[in-house]
Amino acid sequence: MKILVCISAVPDTTSKINFTADQKSLDTSGIQFVINPNDEFGLTRAVWFKEQQGAEVHIATVGEASVEPIMRKALAIGADKAFRIDTHPSDGFLVAQALSEQIKKETYDLVICGRESIDYNGNMVPGLIASHCGYSFINTCTGLTIDGDKAAATREIDGGSETLETSLPLVIGAQKGLVEESDLKIPNMRGIMSARTKPLEVVTPSNPKALTEDLSFEKPASKGEVTLIEEGNIDQLIELLHKEAKVL
Amino acid sequence: MSVLVYLESENKAYKKSAYELASYASAIASQLSTEAIGLVINNDTPESIGGLNQIISISNESLHTFTAERYASLLSAAFDKSGAQYLVISSSADSKYIGGMIAAQSGSSFIPNVIALPENIEGKTAFKRTVFTNKGFAYTSSKSDRCIIGLSKNSFGVHENDVTSKVEIMTFELNEDRVTVTNQTTADGKATIADADIVVSAGRGLKGPENWHLVEDLAEVLGAATACSKPVSDLGWRPHSEHVGQTGKPVATNLYIAIGISGAIQHLAGINASKVKVVINNDPEAPFFKAADYGIVGDAFTVVPQLIEKLKVFKAQNA
Repeated sequence: MKILVCISAVPDTTSKINFTADQKSLDTSGIQFVINPNDEFGLTRAVWFKEQQGAEVHIATVGEASVEPIMRKALAIGADKAFRIDTHPSDGFLVAQALSEQIKKETYDLVICGRESIDYNGNMVPGLIASHCGYSFINTCTGLTIDGDKAAATREIDGGSETLETSLPLVIGAQKGLVEESDLKIPNMRGIMSARTKPLEVVTPSNPKALTEDLSFEKPASKGEVTLIEEGNIDQLIELLHKEAKVL
Repeated sequence: MSVLVYLESENKAYKKSAYELASYASAIASQLSTEAIGLVINNDTPESIGGLNQIISISNESLHTFTAERYASLLSAAFDKSGAQYLVISSSADSKYIGGMIAAQSGSSFIPNVIALPENIEGKTAFKRTVFTNKGFAYTSSKSDRCIIGLSKNSFGVHENDVTSKVEIMTFELNEDRVTVTNQTTADGKATIADADIVVSAGRGLKGPENWHLVEDLAEVLGAATACSKPVSDLGWRPHSEHVGQTGKPVATNLYIAIGISGAIQHLAGINASKVKVVINNDPEAPFFKAADYGIVGDAFTVVPQLIEKLKVFKAQNA
């Protein structure tokens, strides 16, 4: 089984988000980039398939050379080989097109993407890849087992979950639940050392195109002061929620 | 160039989100001086909704269970056939599943998490959307003539309109789906985080899963959905499906009540789109107090039982 995990570099979840003075882009000063958390769940599951079922695990990231440290981290976690697709990931369409080109070249049994990246929250890359490559697709995937060319999965739906069956090749949109948070792999020293010599290939894509353009950004308006209510004065809270906020 | 809107149904009736979606699509259509057309699947007698001039109703035995490939190819075919400029979809798990698939099949662009009507920026039509999980907004324009708009829940509201919608029945030929649903589990009759007007959420301040009856009782009085912070789901006190925040579920509800949650930046990002936030926490320094509208500095184990009792009285009086 050959698996590709698509990984994006996103600001660490604790980051405060600021934009540049011209409001045209993210102000990256002081921001630590990490593996997108949804991708990290997918990567851990892929490494599990490697350890338990002998899968070969590749990763791919669309981005400039600055994303290589997080790619090395993914290799240290257990991926065998990495492809950096050398272009600026300006929107989900461009990213999906660039990744699909690579997927068609290599051909995979399973492609794992995060259900969304936590930066631009596009929610579209796995679905676009599945359509471009003609693979089956299961989104918001919280469980996946593979037996031969058959896959069984669980998917989170609004207010519950469902179980699904399909055959490979398959694209999944990974999220929390696919593996437990406590089972997320942390690179050990041996992993880090071996990651240095694992292949990281730089690929030049043939002209993928963005279909959307972010014209400007802004931060949310700052919040007004909280109205504090005395512990013994619950009636006042109910009154405020009823008459002032009008939510009761 | 009309505006097409996919209105989701459940048990042959509109889902709650459909009313907001129809209102939004009608508003874009009137901005563009064109028509808004609803697309409804498996709702035999769709009622007039949100000022839509026309509803296309599609019924087919094989569409009773949502499967992504079929729904995506059907919506994509309808989008192509209608010649519409926009296809508006909701932010439900199902619509997020198929958004990218429809975009690929119809060759259109897709702007998700939209929260407002389009406006003109630098001569381009821009849609305001949330990015960085509510830590920022982007004004995004489409480079393609046709575009799918994913509307965030509870961002536009329902606007009453008494236009009668003309219903047209259509049939589509559909292929088999390669993915089959073998079983579905939903908590019947319980409000869900995706749909509820009120969400009651708790964190480690509740000290253990055995105290969650407080959250459940409060949610029951309010008809609310229950949720929890990330540490609580990581500790296994509550299922992952209840985890709200940056890496969990987003919450965009009318009222969000946080009990014993300190308010880490990741949690606040996930719930920030909620209209009114109430925090109950015994630590006056908890960051949540800076993000909330109303706050009580106090012990959850004394405040919450009182709140439940007083709300019961309030509900009885205002029933």
